[in-house]
Amino acid sequence: MTLDDIQTGGSAVIERLTVHGDMRRRFLDIGLLEGTRVECVGRAPSGDPAAYLIRGKVIAIRDEDCRGVIVREA
Amino acid sequence: MGLTKGSTGHSAVDNGISLSDRSRGGMLVAVAGNPNVGKSTLFNALTGMNQHTGNWTGKTVAVAAGSFSTEKRNYTLVDIPGTYSLMPHSAEEEVARSFLCFDRPDAAIVVCDATAPERGICLALQVAELCPRTIVCLNMMDEAMRKGVITDIPQLQKKLGLPVVGVTAHDKKTLRRLTAALDNISDNGKVRELRFTAPVETACAPVERAVKRLIGSKISPRWVALRLLENDLALWRELCRRYGEKTELFEAAEHGRDILAGNDITSDGLKDIIVSCTTRAAEEICSDTVRYRHSRGMSFDRRADKILTSRRFGYPIMLLLLLLVFWLTMSGANYPSQWLNTALFRLGDRLNELLISIGAAEWLRGILIDGAYRVLAWVVSVMLPPMAIFFPLFTLLEDSGYLPRIAYNLDKPFRKCNACGKQSLTMAMGFGCNAAGIVGCRIIDSPRERLIAMLTNSLVPCNGKFPTLIALISVFFVTAGGFTGSLLSALFLTLLILIGIGMTFLISRLLSATLLRGEPSSFTLELPPYRRPQILKVLVRSLLDRSLFVLGRAAAVAAPAGAVIWLMANISIDGVTVLSHFTGFLDPFARLLGMDGVILAAFILGLPANEIVLPIIIMTYMAQGSITELSLPEMRELFLANGWTWVTAASVMLFSLMHWPCSTALLTVRKEAGWKWAAAAAIIPTLAGMIICFLFSNIAGRFIN
Repeated sequence: MTLDDIQTGGSAVIERLTVHGDMRRRFLDIGLLEGTRVECVGRAPSGDPAAYLIRGKVIAIRDEDCRGVIVREA
Repeated sequence: MGLTKGSTGHSAVDNGISLSDRSRGGMLVAVAGNPNVGKSTLFNALTGMNQHTGNWTGKTVAVAAGSFSTEKRNYTLVDIPGTYSLMPHSAEEEVARSFLCFDRPDAAIVVCDATAPERGICLALQVAELCPRTIVCLNMMDEAMRKGVITDIPQLQKKLGLPVVGVTAHDKKTLRRLTAALDNISDNGKVRELRFTAPVETACAPVERAVKRLIGSKISPRWVALRLLENDLALWRELCRRYGEKTELFEAAEHGRDILAGNDITSDGLKDIIVSCTTRAAEEICSDTVRYRHSRGMSFDRRADKILTSRRFGYPIMLLLLLLVFWLTMSGANYPSQWLNTALFRLGDRLNELLISIGAAEWLRGILIDGAYRVLAWVVSVMLPPMAIFFPLFTLLEDSGYLPRIAYNLDKPFRKCNACGKQSLTMAMGFGCNAAGIVGCRIIDSPRERLIAMLTNSLVPCNGKFPTLIALISVFFVTAGGFTGSLLSALFLTLLILIGIGMTFLISRLLSATLLRGEPSSFTLELPPYRRPQILKVLVRSLLDRSLFVLGRAAAVAAPAGAVIWLMANISIDGVTVLSHFTGFLDPFARLLGMDGVILAAFILGLPANEIVLPIIIMTYMAQGSITELSLPEMRELFLANGWTWVTAASVMLFSLMHWPCSTALLTVRKEAGWKWAAAAAIIPTLAGMIICFLFSNIAGRFIN
């Protein structure tokens, strides 16, 4: 299951990142580590990107980038 | 960011900056922090008017520096771009890290959001590795108190081994805690050192020793060693540039990487470990020191975003907001403009009488009053009120936290054009001033997408184009008065702007398929909490700011332009004025575009500033090389008498939307991206404008006939 599968209002726990390079750096920078709890707080009107509550900050991430984040339901 | 005197017009074009301002016992202080923590507000509050932007020496990256003094000493603050970690994602962040590493500021302030300090503390831990004299500054303490987020500051100080202060940037009294911390900064105190897993430490130690031996201890050897193990090429290049090629160091780093490889740790894996350890350290520190009094349930932000970014209301609300902003700007500016017009022209008449009475030469009086002063008066009365309304409105939107929601809502359409959602923000800034919008493109990390944003920025009308558009709308298209009239005018203007936005999408798409080909970049966008903007402060500051800017610009550009036009209209060659030669020459081509030689000449002569285009047209038609007060009906008569139809007016408006940017904007593009792209920035909108005008005037012309 990847991060973009989480519905608005749902929570998940990060298992691992499958993306490398610059996007991986960005994910680590915003605190998406293994074991981090993430909540999906909404979606843009066009459906993409979605907004996630990560370590106290709301960050918008595009769906195609979210597919690089493996999660499990919380 | 934002639209201020310092960021628009000529100031958008960077001048050089010298960082060697730590003379006379002063201190050089870096100001870092996550995005959206109020770092700019804090910076402005501390430095006030004593700040300017410039270039990092030798690079096309800007830095904002400012100064202030306490009783003890002088401080020079350098503003580092907002970032989540010291790992650079863009040219700006690389330069920022270089600054911290090699220019070695005497101290650093890391600004954190007191309502969610964890990310800020994570950054503070990284900055402190490089700069042991780091102060952690928790900003927005008032918001934190409102939200029930309580930080035990003494405990936090103990755990971090760094001074910690809590401030509210817009409350000057609280800033004394920060300046006191700066005054008392010392090298005592054990800064919490980040420890990593055993294999990392084993690999790091010998490299650390090598760094100490070969480069010295000026920069934290441990920090350098870890970066070398991470295979950070940017840093390696910089080190070689400053210290020469150190093969021994290279080998030591290689050896270290081998040790890591032996433990199945790649350089990517190492970065993971380092970031994880830092984040977990910050997490652990915060869990002990930060308490949340209320439960973090559905807060105001969530409820607001549920509507403002919803499928049903998101786009309509943005459209309505656009309409509202322009309606307020237009209708609010109406009376002040008329008043200023009357007052300034009356003053002009006095000056005229004065010059006549002291017996000044006719040509001198002509140049000064009929030429320079009248255009200056016209421009000031027409530009100042709208700017004095638009800019504060924009700043209020920015301060409230709504702007990132625009980028959020529009990211998908921009991505369809292979551009970035943040372009919507630079476009919004471009409404105020093209040059500021172009500078604002720095928020876009990817160079390719940044260029697309810069090249299309002039397709939306800046404040300088509003007077032309609004006058033509009022003269030709919306004759109703009162509230209906102003609403219809605002609708019309919004329509024009939507055309401009549509062209932005189209040309962005074209550019990314031809000149600027590439894949959409990766990005994350923070949606900060909504904040109550300081309305009065913004209004007053903006009013002052804008007045100075418009007056300065009018004096620098409009007045000389007026003088030049007067000369061109009054100097004759072969019985025909220079101006007539020029307009006659342009006329055949201009007719193809639905305009005439005078209009095209005005656009060309309006290169320094868009706001003088309409005055030049009027001056030329009035054939005296001078402009007088014109009521709207009189303006209509003038245009009709010169062969205008509504098609002409529409063509002029379309061309106004799509033609070469003003000289300031072009210079800004040149500074940001070089001559080649500045030329492209001039050619691309012009081509688009010419094609559209040609098609429109010919098709519409057929309907008339």
